[in-house]
Amino acid sequence: MTAGTAGTAVTAEAPGTHAADAAAQAAREAVFDAAVAADERIEPRDWMPEAYRASLVRQIAQHAHSEIIGMQPEANWITRAPSLRRKAILMAKVQDEAGHGLYLYSAAETLGVSRDELLDKLHTGRQKYSSIFNYPTLTWADVGAIGWLVDGAAITNQVPLCRCSYGPYARAMVRVCKEESFHQRQGYEALLALSRGTEAQHAMAQDAVDRWWWPSLMMFGPPDAESTHTAQAMAWKIKRHTNDELRQRFVDIAVPQAEALGLTLPDPDLKWNEERGHYDFGPIDWAEFWDVLKGDGPCNDQRITTRRQAHEDGAWVREAAAAYARKHTGQPGEAQA
Amino acid sequence: MSSDTWPLWEVFVRSRRGLSHTHAGSLHAPDAEMALRNARDLYTRRMEGVSLWVVPSASITASSPDEKDPFFEPAADKPYRHPTFYEIPEGVKHL
Amino acid sequence: MTTTDTTAGTATATDPALTSAALALGDDALVLAQRLGEWAGNAPVLEEEVALANIALDLLGQARVLLSLAGDEDELAFLREERAFRNVQLVEQPNGDFAHTIARQLYFSTYQRLLYAALAAGDTPLAGLAAKAVKEVAYHQDHAEHWTLRLGDGTEESHRRMRTACEALWRYTGELFQPLDGLGLDTTALEAAWLDSVTAVLTRAGLPVPSGSRTGAWRAGAGRQGLHTEHFGRLLAEMQHLHRSHPGATW
Repeated sequence: MTAGTAGTAVTAEAPGTHAADAAAQAAREAVFDAAVAADERIEPRDWMPEAYRASLVRQIAQHAHSEIIGMQPEANWITRAPSLRRKAILMAKVQDEAGHGLYLYSAAETLGVSRDELLDKLHTGRQKYSSIFNYPTLTWADVGAIGWLVDGAAITNQVPLCRCSYGPYARAMVRVCKEESFHQRQGYEALLALSRGTEAQHAMAQDAVDRWWWPSLMMFGPPDAESTHTAQAMAWKIKRHTNDELRQRFVDIAVPQAEALGLTLPDPDLKWNEERGHYDFGPIDWAEFWDVLKGDGPCNDQRITTRRQAHEDGAWVREAAAAYARKHTGQPGEAQA
Repeated sequence: MSSDTWPLWEVFVRSRRGLSHTHAGSLHAPDAEMALRNARDLYTRRMEGVSLWVVPSASITASSPDEKDPFFEPAADKPYRHPTFYEIPEGVKHL
Repeated sequence: MTTTDTTAGTATATDPALTSAALALGDDALVLAQRLGEWAGNAPVLEEEVALANIALDLLGQARVLLSLAGDEDELAFLREERAFRNVQLVEQPNGDFAHTIARQLYFSTYQRLLYAALAAGDTPLAGLAAKAVKEVAYHQDHAEHWTLRLGDGTEESHRRMRTACEALWRYTGELFQPLDGLGLDTTALEAAWLDSVTAVLTRAGLPVPSGSRTGAWRAGAGRQGLHTEHFGRLLAEMQHLHRSHPGATW
């Protein structure tokens, strides 16, 4: 990509003397800090601290990767969906996830990284995706549980990101959040149908909720005390709430929803705390979280292998289209080579 | 750029007739024809648009943030360009 | 393109010939949607994930309307045995590589556009459905043609793969033009128009028009007679097993 591309972030320093550089640098930092403090948006060509840029790339890329890896556990049930209505809904949902991945890669590209670079980092394990997708979808009810719990947790995380200080990320999130609410509702509705269905269907729904509850709580990330990125991300207004705040908000929302479903949540310590005005919940097994994150989850290898395979199998297709464009329009590649 | 990499395009969507095209986001495509189709599939799948533009991202020339002051501040001290600058006696209509 | 229910309030056809035609066309759309659904998560590029899913969703929507004309959509989709399905063999062929999927799309979407255009101009109860569907499948055809050009005239490898795919699926294209009772279509004219259209695209893509026979040698028939290829049983087993495991359940 050319340096002057409209969407690309500028972090390079202008040449000059050291003293002048330092003064100019301080002035830029002051402008940036003032913009963040005033709740203004930072836009791609604005000067930004390198650490801010790197932090955004890391977070947006991880988010984009989560969307496209997250297609796999649900796509697992497209061909087996139990009614044509459910099949159409699930196809549309998995398609949306591809779309969300695209919006987010677009946002990351405004920071001067290419989608190819990011995909390569995903394929080689140098960038992460949400650990939740390293769990398998064993029954149809898992599709409902993912919609309700996983998408519900994701929405809790994502709604504040619509006000993130980086403009392109915030705008992508507005689009994503608008579409996500359909995802959560379809999941809830699918689970409700199972819960109110036959005994076997009800048991299937309960089993899925039992398996997905704790991993969903882990989606908010480690406790605040152990979270390495939270403080700085909040100072920069990339993040607006801490992991524990968001986790609590999610639990408070989910408990009455579970009751309405006629399903239980697998936590004997879950109870309303009048004093705090929140639900108390039991300890999260962080050892499992870290193990899955490190690669020992039930599906880590499978997810990455599948993704890499699709990318490699598609190389000849992408090459063909690029070659055709060179022959017939002279458009691609050359302008940006 | 490797042989299987597609360039980046910016997508502009007219959400309904009477409105101008606004920037929706970007995507990758090998050429303009495919970019338009990818834009249709990606940015209008919930009936968000009635017309699309795609532009190679590399073809956009943007003003630089460093030039922000000379570009945009001079407009700030010309309030006489705005209708509210002028006082009109009460009761005068159609003005 | 939408995920809302398209089947509500559709009257069931009473004319048995029309019912069986709706079933055949509905099965075509359903089975191809099922195949395209297998691409989810595996497409060559993210933009194409979205494109293939759009096509699959259009087809699934058409299938639901058509099957509802013939009976209950889910009973028909999930509880019929293999021999009772009336789809053409072309749509049940495995996805193969992307070239096979595109060749299948080219052959089928060209047929579907001509078919729905003719139905939309007619006066059967399918005219309304066809008028809506013809816009969808015109886009599918456009998608298939653009990819046929790019694969046929892209790299040596893509040309070879596309040529192989076009030849491999050619033998399933004759069946598309078996007359369907109740529709009153001039299938000879449809077939001639199809051949013209496909020939033009393949020629522009620098691909030879396959020279082999367009029908199988099996005189008993093909998909429209409920005679399918071996791939189809597995497709159905996967599609139907969950629904069949819970008799009478609602989802």
